[in-house]
Amino acid sequence: MLLLALIALPVLAAGVAAAIASDRWRPHVLPAAAAGHLALSLMAISAPRPSSLGGWLALDPPGRLVLLLLSVLFAICAVYAVGYLRYRRELSNRVFVPCLLIFLGMTTLVVCSQHLGLMWVAVEASTLATAPLIYFNRTPRSIEATWKYLLVGSVGIALALLGSFVLAYASLGEDSSLLFGDLLRRADHMNRSWLRVAFVLLLVGYGTKMGLAPMHTWKPDAYGEAPGVVGALLAGGLTNCAFLALVRVSHICQAAGEGVYTGRLLVFLGGLSIAVAAVFMVGQRDFKRMLAYSSIEHMGILVLGVGLGGSGIFASLLHMLNNGLTKGVLFLSAANIHRAFDSKSVQDVRGAMRRVPLSGTLFLFGFFAITGSPPFGPFVSEFLIVSRAFAADRFLVGGGVLLLLLVVFIGMGRTVLLMVQGLPSPEARRTSYHDGLLTGLPVAFSIALVLLLGLHIPVPLEALLRDAAAYLEMIP
Amino acid sequence: MLRISAVNLLLVGVLLLNLFMLGTSRIRALIQAAALQGVVLGVMPLLVGDPRSWNAGFIAIATVLLKGSVIPRMLRRALREAQIKREVEPLIGFVPTMLLGASGTLLSIAFASGLPLEPQHRELLIVPASFSTVLTGFLLLTTRIKAITQAIGYLVLENGIFIFGLLLVEAMPFLVEIGVLLDLFVGIFVVSIIIHHINREFASLDTRRLASLKE
Repeated sequence: MLLLALIALPVLAAGVAAAIASDRWRPHVLPAAAAGHLALSLMAISAPRPSSLGGWLALDPPGRLVLLLLSVLFAICAVYAVGYLRYRRELSNRVFVPCLLIFLGMTTLVVCSQHLGLMWVAVEASTLATAPLIYFNRTPRSIEATWKYLLVGSVGIALALLGSFVLAYASLGEDSSLLFGDLLRRADHMNRSWLRVAFVLLLVGYGTKMGLAPMHTWKPDAYGEAPGVVGALLAGGLTNCAFLALVRVSHICQAAGEGVYTGRLLVFLGGLSIAVAAVFMVGQRDFKRMLAYSSIEHMGILVLGVGLGGSGIFASLLHMLNNGLTKGVLFLSAANIHRAFDSKSVQDVRGAMRRVPLSGTLFLFGFFAITGSPPFGPFVSEFLIVSRAFAADRFLVGGGVLLLLLVVFIGMGRTVLLMVQGLPSPEARRTSYHDGLLTGLPVAFSIALVLLLGLHIPVPLEALLRDAAAYLEMIP
Repeated sequence: MLRISAVNLLLVGVLLLNLFMLGTSRIRALIQAAALQGVVLGVMPLLVGDPRSWNAGFIAIATVLLKGSVIPRMLRRALREAQIKREVEPLIGFVPTMLLGASGTLLSIAFASGLPLEPQHRELLIVPASFSTVLTGFLLLTTRIKAITQAIGYLVLENGIFIFGLLLVEAMPFLVEIGVLLDLFVGIFVVSIIIHHINREFASLDTRRLASLKE
């Protein structure tokens, strides 16, 4: 019941938001729904093992982590969105607000669904709900981004459906339930050739949704043209849901004895994503696109960690939390800078610390955090992943990742420092934007969480992480 | 026995429609062919599964209605509103794509014969037909420049996946099948809205104009 309520709440709130006629009042539904969702999520996470609809909806240990991240990130973005939409009075938010809420409902459904087919339906639904969000600005460039997002995303997701069907066929037997628990239990009776075909299709499909190279092409366009708050939710929420889907599927393959095969593919795609992102991040002229490449890089790190196995899984799950929250900081503060300078080109933005001191500082902190500088959270998780590579005698992988992280640090650092330091150039446009409570405080809260994760992981959270890692290593 | 040959006959029809879609130069004919393919596919759950089961019947009716009537109507409306030239405009010519499609079909047959099938599925053409239709969808998506033909490509791709799903009529729960159809409907709906906006903004559906976002 709890899980049903968790999914129904945002969908109902979307209905309420659609019924409100005033553009001014509609955004206030967001924080209210987010607060309710957060409270229900905390209840569900601390409950022993909530399940509904005959086991179709349940929270597995990795799902708890993603749900926590999703709910916290959405709450941060919801408060921010109220402030942001005040600055965008010229555009109607009649579609935007309900779609944000449907997005929350559908991503929650991805997290809670324990059925291979239902999970696919939910991923596709969350993709469709985000298309109007990317098109919020109604410019030719945003149409182009939306079209590419829909086309590349739908094709990827279609391949994931084919992969789900093939996986179902591989497991065909007397008991043909497609619940993850049953699939795991029957894994060693599965047909190996079909299973391998299924994994490749699912990897390409959900990898497209995650934005792994070479299926990442939609990402810079979508993140570049969408409002910052949408970028934060995609980079910290939707991509992690796709990651969860991929982790669940590779867990099944591992249980079937194909762990070496899946591990190799995951490490390869992860490494490729980090490399591609590093190449495009150096000298990037558009700072929102730069953040998109950073997201590609970190998705690569996530699958690389899972591919390495062992303690890499724990590290990846921790990195998922760190990356999700840090992406919130970066996208939201970048959006503030974008508002303040009315440009997202690196050439026009100088002296962000002077014009918007809070957002400039937060953006700088976010940069240090995401590139793995201590004392922020990502430092710990990236360190754990690299040391796992060395511990497993994968020196080439570990060394390569370190080198690429250095390239990213230098490439991104140059851009970010140019943006925040110095004085705004005299011809730089002035806008009415000033750092306010609603657009500043949620971002500051988010970086505080990232800092906390770097200094000390709270005990209950560590228990959740250990549970999830143990669950994913378990072979029934 | 009779059922198997009926299914295979219909699947051969699907394959011929694939080649026709790759070769046709009229968007209207393309939409018609995709609709016909949808109807043929919609009938098949009745032949493959238990014809008396409610689920197979419902899925068949929903598929025929959606793929044979609702979606083609939405696409034709988008075409009419856009008032574009009714030609397909390929990046690669019609004959080369047809040849690609035909060789793709042969490759699918070769690839599928290497995969182990359950005994009751061995004589069916489902797997090669599915892979070949997915490939046709890909070809339409990548080699045609109009937004609307790309949407049809996606539809055909989805048809290919539907064919594979026929192997699972008993295993795939009803709710999931309906969910997939619903997602397809909403997807094409969103796409037709975006097509409308592309046309308004660029006065064309030529996706080559969607090229300002790049490195």
